[in-house]
Amino acid sequence: MTGQAATALREPASPGELFRAFNALALQGFGGVLPVAQRVLVEQRQWLSREQFVEVLSLGQVLPGPNIVNMALMIGDRFFGLRGAAAALLGLLCAPLLIVLLLAALYGQLAGVPAVAGALRGMGAVSAGLIIATALKVMPTLKASPLGRPTAAAMVLLSALAIGWWRVPLVWVVLGLGAVSMALAAWRLSR
Amino acid sequence: MKLVDTILFGPDLLGAAELWAMCLHFMLLSVLAIGGAITTTPEMSRWVVGERGWLTDAQFTASVALAQAAPGPNLLFVAVIGWNIAGLAGVAATMVGSLVPSTTLALLAARWGTQHQHRLAVRAFKAGMAPLTIGLLLATGWVLTEPLRGHVATALLVAVAVGFMLYTRLSPLWPIAIGAAVGAAGFMG
Repeated sequence: MTGQAATALREPASPGELFRAFNALALQGFGGVLPVAQRVLVEQRQWLSREQFVEVLSLGQVLPGPNIVNMALMIGDRFFGLRGAAAALLGLLCAPLLIVLLLAALYGQLAGVPAVAGALRGMGAVSAGLIIATALKVMPTLKASPLGRPTAAAMVLLSALAIGWWRVPLVWVVLGLGAVSMALAAWRLSR
Repeated sequence: MKLVDTILFGPDLLGAAELWAMCLHFMLLSVLAIGGAITTTPEMSRWVVGERGWLTDAQFTASVALAQAAPGPNLLFVAVIGWNIAGLAGVAATMVGSLVPSTTLALLAARWGTQHQHRLAVRAFKAGMAPLTIGLLLATGWVLTEPLRGHVATALLVAVAVGFMLYTRLSPLWPIAIGAAVGAAGFMG
């Protein structure tokens, strides 16, 4: 495992345990799996430090494909190679796929009920809050950033504004702001 | 037998050539899906609804909303679209197409990064991208509240969810259940 803060981390015992862990966290992930992944992988099972979680997420985000799928593959691969990657991916996808297809088959009957529509909106508001909370939880990892705290904080603010407020496509944020941030980090690291 | 055929191949009984075209198109989108599969929905809808006419606009939007509400990765909206177009064969075509290119690339990149973790470029990538990753999470949370801002309970539910995650160690299923109950009771009307 990479990273310096790998003090008291644990490891899954088998690909089967990876499968069960990712299956359980996928089934708790309504409106996004990332907040649950942080809670289960970092806080409960302690397979990753907060720093490693941010690292894996960073790479998962700049690569094409869903973040959480990319993260499952990378984490599984680190522990058990291709078998681990497959176990984590199948754990993440199998049960939710069955559920979503059942819902799709039943959707016609449920769509018109006002209570169902209201419940979906309530869940949507909560899942937005869960993602914001995940950001706040991993924020302290920036204290040790080679960028220095003020620069790192400015980058958080600028990227949040660029994507959330000005709606700049992610590709341009990564190529523009990301390139500046990485160049600054490289300069600080090589001094 | 009509029902079995619909489950296997969808209402229009798509043939092998069309399924293969669908799989290839989703492979192409998979490579372009930086920021997640959801970022490719405009192009997906242009092709599936506009060019091929396999779904209506309303069916496409409903497919995305349904997968958002169900547990699991949001990527599964792709499976619902496949299901609505061509049954289980459609699910196989869209899921295989969406997963194969991006998973291969993710594994190769992760292994390269682990092997070269002491290189300056890799360390600068990690340090430089970390604040952007956190900024993107904040932005995602903000964008998700957008269609809900007119509703009474939205700000309260967001605050409850944040407080719950920061100050308890319980499963996020609890605030989700609270949100569903508050919404079903009519406070998100």
